[in-house]
Amino acid sequence: MIPMAVDVSNYVVLSAVLFFIGVGGVILRRNPLIMLMSIELIFNAANLALIAFSRAWMNNAGQIFAFLVITVAAAEAAIGLAIVVVAFRRSTTVDVDEVSGLRG
Amino acid sequence: MILFWVLAVALVVTAMFTVTQRSPVYSVVGLIANFVVLAILYLTLNAEFIFVIQIIVYTGAILVLFVFVINLLSSGTGPFAEGPNLMPRALVPALLVVLAGFAFLTYGILHGSLGVLPAHAATSTPGQAGEAGVFGSIADFGIALFTTHLLPFEVTALILMVAVIGVVVLASDASPVPTRGHHVRPRSTAKREPIVKAER
Repeated sequence: MIPMAVDVSNYVVLSAVLFFIGVGGVILRRNPLIMLMSIELIFNAANLALIAFSRAWMNNAGQIFAFLVITVAAAEAAIGLAIVVVAFRRSTTVDVDEVSGLRG
Repeated sequence: MILFWVLAVALVVTAMFTVTQRSPVYSVVGLIANFVVLAILYLTLNAEFIFVIQIIVYTGAILVLFVFVINLLSSGTGPFAEGPNLMPRALVPALLVVLAGFAFLTYGILHGSLGVLPAHAATSTPGQAGEAGVFGSIADFGIALFTTHLLPFEVTALILMVAVIGVVVLASDASPVPTRGHHVRPRSTAKREPIVKAER
């Protein structure tokens, strides 16, 4: 048997680090492109946790789920970038603090 | 073991680089490095197909989309956030929230019951990367995807179709919504690159 070289908790803590770097990016940055990239980091943190657990439990359902997450991330990136382009067309800036057209 | 720590450090460094750059172009470069490192991490976890998909879909498709949008917005290498900078005021509370969340999650991970694995997981062998018919091989993944998990796989087609229709609707100029003056700030006096350069 080939045991896992590194315990699964190490991978999951690494995933948590990546997740919170992404969360910090979403909270602190004002550039919507960098916010979208931070969201991609969060998706990837979730994928890393899923695949680490998949390997630990020797069950490839985790890999299937990671595959579906990648598909959803692709759709999210396409829609998000289209929204950024539309927002830039209308208000000449893409600063998220300035995009307040839906504020009541 | 050493490989994991090297990859972990590289992953965190590239992620921090991505988040802290002022210019989105440098962020994309950091994100490419991040995704490649992550793909290698997937390979160490016997996820061969996800390794390939990570390279092709993420670094090949999604990041190219980012680069195209940055190019389209002609934001080039300059920061394009205008107005007052709220970062000094927001930095400390945001970092506190992030660190508290991270500490909470890490405590849960390290003191939870992650170690309780099913019996077959401790005895079965994953095999080497590239070997056929073992856990994590592309054949193993494909059989699971097209038999047990066929319905979710089909549903992704619907998601992608919705995404395509949504992007076409959003990006088309067919229905220009009138922009009201009090919703949109006037164009600043600072020089901006035009969205589309008029070059003949």
